[in-house]
Amino acid sequence: MSIVRIERGDKASRAEIIRREADEPRSLLVRFGKDKPLKLDAGVELSSYQIAYQTYGELNAERSNAILICHALTGDQHVHNVHPVTGKPGWWDSMIGPGLPIDTDRFFIICANVLGGCMGTTGPASKNEVTGELYGLTFPVVTIRDMVRTQAALLDHLGIDQLLSVIGGSMGGMQVLQWAVTYPERIFSALPIATAARHSAQNIAFHEVGRQAVMADPDWRNGKYHAEGTSPHRGLAVARMAAHITYLSDAALHRKFGRRLQDRELPTFGFDADFQVENYLRYQGSSFVERFDANSYLYITRAMDYFDLAGEHGDVLANAFRNLKARVCMVSFTSDWLFPTEEAREIVHALNAAGAPVSFAEIETDKGHDAFLLDEPELFAIVRGFLDAAAKKRGVKAAR
Amino acid sequence: MLTSNSPGALTAHAVPKAPRVDLVVVANMVEPGSRVLDVGCGDGELLQLLSETRDVDGRGIEISRDGVNECVAKGLAVIQGDADTDLVDYPDNTFDYVILSQTLQATRRPRWVLEQMLRIGKRVIVSFPNFGHWRIRGQLVWYGRMPVTRNLPVSWYDTPNIHFCTIRDFVDLTRELEVKIERAVAFGPSGVRVRFDAPWWFWNLFGEQAVFLLSRKG
Repeated sequence: MSIVRIERGDKASRAEIIRREADEPRSLLVRFGKDKPLKLDAGVELSSYQIAYQTYGELNAERSNAILICHALTGDQHVHNVHPVTGKPGWWDSMIGPGLPIDTDRFFIICANVLGGCMGTTGPASKNEVTGELYGLTFPVVTIRDMVRTQAALLDHLGIDQLLSVIGGSMGGMQVLQWAVTYPERIFSALPIATAARHSAQNIAFHEVGRQAVMADPDWRNGKYHAEGTSPHRGLAVARMAAHITYLSDAALHRKFGRRLQDRELPTFGFDADFQVENYLRYQGSSFVERFDANSYLYITRAMDYFDLAGEHGDVLANAFRNLKARVCMVSFTSDWLFPTEEAREIVHALNAAGAPVSFAEIETDKGHDAFLLDEPELFAIVRGFLDAAAKKRGVKAAR
Repeated sequence: MLTSNSPGALTAHAVPKAPRVDLVVVANMVEPGSRVLDVGCGDGELLQLLSETRDVDGRGIEISRDGVNECVAKGLAVIQGDADTDLVDYPDNTFDYVILSQTLQATRRPRWVLEQMLRIGKRVIVSFPNFGHWRIRGQLVWYGRMPVTRNLPVSWYDTPNIHFCTIRDFVDLTRELEVKIERAVAFGPSGVRVRFDAPWWFWNLFGEQAVFLLSRKG
């Protein structure tokens, strides 16, 4: 796999690389044609679509050791390999690998780019096969359930009836919960982390700020920036900066940066990034736009906003899990104010009421929502113990 | 190499620890293959014993974060929660057995907790330290001090135990709640059972711990 590094400021090549990755990703790829159209929650059909995915480890003869990893809003399928665009390690390298909690020596691990994404699964940055033009804003609005439907189609393609586990944090956790509701018989266990059964008003509000920042960028061009050769990277960077604050916590920001100044002794009394925290956020913003499509950001944030599992079931969350037999382990973090523990508890109560075997652990950390991606020994121990128990219960043998 | 006579032998080899007597007594009251909720399950020792020896579908509630995380890491289905508030969230008759092992005396509302357990489970098992045991009475009577014993090692200002009761107090409560005592076991310091046919006052004096199996009347 070759790695393309994008020079900062080289906007044309950046746009080009994002564009190429959207249609011809450096990933495994499956295309679904007109024989298997995708009916979307929005009421329209995608007549053809493709899914870009990565796998790690080997599928055993019984096909019983498959684990699906669901990625978060700005993640992608490159969970345990060097990222083809950024050259950075996989986003969950601390969790997935030989001998690690999600053990590639024992399990067959699948991670697919979500529908609406920009790393090879069909989304607004993809080419519309019918018109021959890029989708842009003509791409239909998709939901978390639509994403999960495409993942189920991928499993059909791979010949896997039932997953040993489906695991994900944040929006990945939403997909995990959706799996438990839409395909309860296809999962043996589920591990939703730092997530909720519905997107809260506060979270919708934050997303709206992000979308407005993108759309306020004159280079957004009503979503046709690819055709017009522009890139709304400033708007997208602002969206990312705002969102990034919500992934951390006051305590974590204070511990990392405090009020320390960036490479200077005294404030400049101007609007440069005087403070380290400003510099950090600017870096987060600018590195994000190098790998993410602005329209994709609009679509995926929207999918999260529409997520409301109880809403699909007469506002009674327990009803959503009525047919679930799978073991569930819910994890939350004390300092996560984006998906706080109370929301996790609601899910746990509903699962209990529905009679599903559920565990729930709250992990103490000051790292905020992002804790699920970071080095959290307690999380590792829980994931390892939970997967071990599930594999034992199912009688899973390693591939070799 | 260590021989069985050498002092380090016991610690060097991970000799499986024999389960606590009270846990074994509780486990023996559970029908194999049933659905069990352990309220205040600690680090999951009882749940693990139950799933290994009685093949139960076990769940737990535990207030301490460390306890929960240890349980989950062991593969047990345990949620973090408070018995004093969270039992209302469980529907009626969800479990064959709801167990309160060495936790009754640490609840804020023991009576309410018992009522909830009797609602959630078809049967309820409660084990608790008997505050009427002669040693405890002796410490109060002879020394005039709050008892500190092997089973209750924490001083009064640090103990999580806020609602002690004696075996006779507990029997009174079961009468008030109009529940049936299906079985009861009391045992002394070395795990020796108090004579089965002895009267309550005798149990109350010589039983260091007690385990009750209860069910709703009717």
